[in-house]
Amino acid sequence: MREATIEVAGTKLGYREAGAGATVLFLHGAAGASWDPLLDQLSGGYRVLAPEHPGFGRGQIPDWMMSVGDVAFFYLDLMQALQLRDVHLVGHGLGGWIAAEIAVRNTGALASLALLAPAGVETREAMFDDIFAWTVEEFARRQFHDAKLAQEWQRQQAELDIDIGLQNRTALARLGWNPRMHNPQLPYWLHRIDVPTLLMWGEDDQVVPFGCHVPFKREIRRAELVALPRSGHALPIERANEVGTRLDAFFRGAKG
Amino acid sequence: MKTFFFHLMPYADLDLSYTERHNSAWVTLPNSYFDRAVGQKLYARYIGELELADQLGFDGICVNEHHQTAYGLMPAPNLIAAALARSTKQAKIAILGRALPLVSNPVAVAEEFAMLDQMSGGRIITGFVRGIGTEYFASGVNPTYSHARYYEAHELILRAWTEVGPFRYHGRHYQFDYVNLWPRPLQQPHPPVWIPSQGSSETVEWCASAQRKYTYLQTFSPVKSAKKAFDLYRQVAEREGYESQPSQLGWAIPTYVAETDEIARRELKPHIEAFFNKFLHYPLEMRMPPGYSSIASTKSLIESKFAFRMMEMTAENLIELGMVVAGSAATVRERLAAYARDLGVGNLIAMLQIATLPAELTEKNLRLFAKDVMPYLREEGARTPRRVAEPATP
Repeated sequence: MREATIEVAGTKLGYREAGAGATVLFLHGAAGASWDPLLDQLSGGYRVLAPEHPGFGRGQIPDWMMSVGDVAFFYLDLMQALQLRDVHLVGHGLGGWIAAEIAVRNTGALASLALLAPAGVETREAMFDDIFAWTVEEFARRQFHDAKLAQEWQRQQAELDIDIGLQNRTALARLGWNPRMHNPQLPYWLHRIDVPTLLMWGEDDQVVPFGCHVPFKREIRRAELVALPRSGHALPIERANEVGTRLDAFFRGAKG
Repeated sequence: MKTFFFHLMPYADLDLSYTERHNSAWVTLPNSYFDRAVGQKLYARYIGELELADQLGFDGICVNEHHQTAYGLMPAPNLIAAALARSTKQAKIAILGRALPLVSNPVAVAEEFAMLDQMSGGRIITGFVRGIGTEYFASGVNPTYSHARYYEAHELILRAWTEVGPFRYHGRHYQFDYVNLWPRPLQQPHPPVWIPSQGSSETVEWCASAQRKYTYLQTFSPVKSAKKAFDLYRQVAEREGYESQPSQLGWAIPTYVAETDEIARRELKPHIEAFFNKFLHYPLEMRMPPGYSSIASTKSLIESKFAFRMMEMTAENLIELGMVVAGSAATVRERLAAYARDLGVGNLIAMLQIATLPAELTEKNLRLFAKDVMPYLREEGARTPRRVAEPATP
């Protein structure tokens, strides 16, 4: 895995990259960029590109970044700048929301779309709890099904630079404070997504409730849902093997 | 020195055992803790206390804005100010302040203040704040836009007060094609602007700049922090080429006067402790929403102030820190006069009703303060020597 920086349309972006083959563009969730076990696994068969969203990490929130829609346009620019084709776009949580906003705008460079417990769409029956009111402990507890993994994750967070944690929260708030972690307009445009789409969701997700899959499944014509029993939100860590295997099969099927 | 009576209008009947079940007096404390009939009595009582201060000769009376909290029952402070505009005669009415980033229409704030200025015969003092972190949970306004919205709304309000309309305002956060205030405010060029803050250097510098010269108000903090902020104000004024006056500085502090020091401390103790430990009680996540302050200030707040705020305060250490003044009239006036001299501050914003402090003790406090402290401070103010800017403390 190598780390690098590129500049796209005046915005500097850090990313991690590993593997070779068809491109998997992975968009991270609210917890920030990290090289999760899922990415390791996928890099065995694919070229995995995992950028850190603008405004996260050591970045500053760019002036243009006022919504997830803006970030979606930015990633369309990025794909164009890198001349990416037939991309398998994968997003987790916040990253899933961004991925969906990209796909409703333009699927020209996409071979497939995989949304892992995406934020962005809320239903009356399954509303999000307030992520901004949570302590780190609570965020950890809610992400994982396995309490030991939650403790381990929390321990790793404590070792991170506090500046990065605060910046990540700030960038998250910029994108998801109001409306909280969703875009009420997004369901109206999901029908535009015309590539094979895989929805994967932990049935016990305490961050983005499982019930939120309904509008995605209903509106995206070629969407398939994989419900994971006894799983929480942190699929790229807690269910890396299972999710990786499923994604691999999905990418192969979506190839042509 | 001028003296103002500052009322927060707390829900004084709060069941203080709420902390056994809830971690905040703000935003998430269920409003089943609010008894409707008690509410009616409290509004009548509190407006009466503010009116009494006017009759007792206070230079001004102050209200402020907080949302969804037992800490203060004035989500719309201009409503209280409007009632006071009619029922009081001489006191200035200071609204400290409206939380600008929370509103979607700053022109409406300019209009309301202009109305109040007319209705009060030019007695209002306006205040502009960002609102504390909890307000961003209560209002839904994105805290990462807090500063930007504040400055934009401020600019728009000042222009609405001072420029001939109609004019067009197209900002990043606020857009109006017609800004044309009817009524215009009575005071010229516009009502005074006071800025309450807990001492952020950015705010102090902004207030002190020569183009604004806004009165800076230090709120509820140790005397050491107040001094630091006031010294910075004077330094900025000097750098900007003018000499700041004591009238440009204000200090808000809970104050309690009784027959003797011993009685004052005994009577005040449960109420001041409830104020800091129960009414000013919220989780860190709520006090510091992301983007509300810069990363650097957030860090320093987490490291210093929070440790301090979160510890259980006692009346004794609050008095020690200079966060409260309590005692006999002689003690209180000597202490406040000393502060006036040492801090070079020309406005005392005395919070004389504190959390659970009941009506009888509040009235006693007001009367003793007005009779035996206020006249002395007024003279003291006249004798306050001109302060010279001091070198920056490292």
